[in-house]
Amino acid sequence: MKSIIAEHLVKTYRNGEVKALDDLSLNVEEGTVLSVLGPNGAGKTTTVRILATLLKPDSGHASVAGIDVIKQPGKVRELIGLSGQYAAVDETLTGWDNLVMFGRLYHLGKSASIKRAEELLERFSLTESARRPIKTYSGGMRRRLDLAASLIVQPKVLFLDEPTTGLDPRGRQEMWGVIQELVKGGVTLLLTTQYLEEADQLADEIAVIDHGKVIARGTSDALKKQVGGERLEITVENADIAKTQEIVARISATATHTDIRTISAPVTTGSIALMDALRALDEAKIHPLDIGLKRPSLDDVFLSLTGHVAEEEVKA
Amino acid sequence: MKNAVTDALIITKRQLLQLARVPEVLIFSTIQPVMFVLLFRFVFGGSISTGQPGGYVQLLMPGIFVQTVAFTLAATASGLAEDMKKGLIDRFRSLPIARSALVVGRTLGDSLLNILVLVVMAAAGFAVGWRPTASVLSVFSAFVFLLLFGYALSWTGIYAGLAVRDARTVQNVSFLITFPMTFLSNAFAPTTGMPKALQYVAEWNPVSTMVAACRQLFGLENEFGATANSFPSQHPLTTSIFYMVLIMVIFIPLSVRKYKNSSN
Repeated sequence: MKSIIAEHLVKTYRNGEVKALDDLSLNVEEGTVLSVLGPNGAGKTTTVRILATLLKPDSGHASVAGIDVIKQPGKVRELIGLSGQYAAVDETLTGWDNLVMFGRLYHLGKSASIKRAEELLERFSLTESARRPIKTYSGGMRRRLDLAASLIVQPKVLFLDEPTTGLDPRGRQEMWGVIQELVKGGVTLLLTTQYLEEADQLADEIAVIDHGKVIARGTSDALKKQVGGERLEITVENADIAKTQEIVARISATATHTDIRTISAPVTTGSIALMDALRALDEAKIHPLDIGLKRPSLDDVFLSLTGHVAEEEVKA
Repeated sequence: MKNAVTDALIITKRQLLQLARVPEVLIFSTIQPVMFVLLFRFVFGGSISTGQPGGYVQLLMPGIFVQTVAFTLAATASGLAEDMKKGLIDRFRSLPIARSALVVGRTLGDSLLNILVLVVMAAAGFAVGWRPTASVLSVFSAFVFLLLFGYALSWTGIYAGLAVRDARTVQNVSFLITFPMTFLSNAFAPTTGMPKALQYVAEWNPVSTMVAACRQLFGLENEFGATANSFPSQHPLTTSIFYMVLIMVIFIPLSVRKYKNSSN
C-alpha cells in the first residue's frame, strides 16, 4: 500500500512568476523511506508543506495514509509528524515544557503528556537537559528535540525536511542514528535532503528533484547504474601515462579518459579487470600512485542528470 | 468548540510559562510604565497646573494606564513575528488543533500580562498619591475597560505581526504608531494648549476617549482637555466602546484570514 501519494502537484508563487512545483508526482510505499534529493530551491520544502497540509497546491492531488490532504487536512494532521528545516520549538521554554505542551495540543491529557514527554526525552538522550531552556541546547540537541516533538503521537507518516542541514558532522551522525532507529519501528518516512550521502545512508528509494520535477527515481544502486557501472581508475607518473593508456585500452573495450595523471575507463568485470591491470602494470614495471575500482557516487548521478552539482554552500 | 477553547488556553499557558522562565521580561515590562509614573509625577507634575483636587497625578494615572495597555500591542506583534520566523507557526499548523487557537491564545495571554502590569502600576500610582474617588465598582469597571481596550488592540498587533514577519521591524513600527498616538492625546497634557487642527485630532484619538472615560470612571470631574465640545470629548465612554468594537470587527477577521493564508 502507498502511504504517501502526490500526483501532478503544481505550485507557483508571486502570481505564477516562480514555479516551485511543476507537475511533481511521487509515492512512498508504507513502512519505507523515500529521500527527496535536490538542491536549494528545487521544490523539496514546498512538497513537504503540501503533504503536511501547510500549503495548498494550485493543482494536483495528494493523499497521506489514504486521506486526501486537501479535502481532509484535519484528519491528516492527526496521523503525521513534521520536523522542518529549523528547529520549530519554543526556545525560551525547556525541552520538558515544549514536549508537554505539544502533548497537550495533541489532546493527550495532562498525565499522559508528561509521561510521553519523559519517554521521548529519555529516548533521544535529552533527559539531563530536560529542564534547561532550549536556547542553551546545541544544534544537534535542538534537532533531536524537534524530532521528538513530531513523534508525540507515534505518527504513521513522518516528514523530515532537511533534518541535518546546518549540523556539524557529529550532530549529523547522531541524527542519522536516531532516524535509523525510527525507521526500524516501521514508520513511513519522507525525508528531504541536499546531502547525497544522507540519502544514500537513510533511504530505501531516492527521488531526485530539480526545478520542481522528479527527474529520476530508484534505489541508490539503480540510480548509480543509470549513470554507468564501475570504472577502473589508475593514477601514474607523467612518464608512464602513454604506456598505461595502452594497457587500459586492452582491458576496457570502451573509451578511456585521462585527467592529468589519472586514467579512467568503464569496466564490466570488476575485480578481475583490476587484477589484470595490476599484472600488466607490474610486467611493464609501472608502479601506479593509486589504483582502484570506482563506483559512481550520487554526486555523479546528480551531475549527469541535471548538469549541475547538488550540494550548495551550507547557509550560515 | 471545546477543543478550540482548551487549545487556545494551552497557548496562553505557554506565554505564562515563558514569563516564568524569563522573568526579566515581566520585570522590564513593568519597570517602564512605573518609570513613566515617577517621571511625569515628579518632573512635570509640579509645573502643570490642573485645578484638580489631589493634583496632577489623578489625571496622569488614567493616561499612563491607557498608554501602557496600548504599548503591549508591540509585544503581541513581535512575539507572533518571532514565532513565524522560527517556524513555530508551521509546527502549530501541522497539529490537529483549532486554527484559531494560536492567535486567540496569544491575545488572551497578552490580556493576562496586562492584568499583572496594571496591578503593579496601580500600586505605584497609589504610592505617589493617586486616589480614585469613585465607588469600588466604578474603579473596577475602569480596569475592565482598560483590559478590553488592550484586548482589542492586541488584534491589531496580531495582524501587524503576521503581516511584517520580522520581530524587530514590527516592534519599531508599532512604537512608531503607538508612541505619537499616546502623546497626541489628553493623556499627559490638556488638548486645549494644542493648535486647533491638532486639538481636533487629539479629541478623536481613541487614546483620548479611553483616558477621558477612565477619568470619569475613577471619579474625576475635570476631564482635562474635554473642552472643545466635540462628540468624543462629551461622550468618551460611548466613543471608546465604538472604537473597540470597530477595531475588533476589522482586525479579528483580517488577522484570522491572514493567519490561515500565512504560508501561501
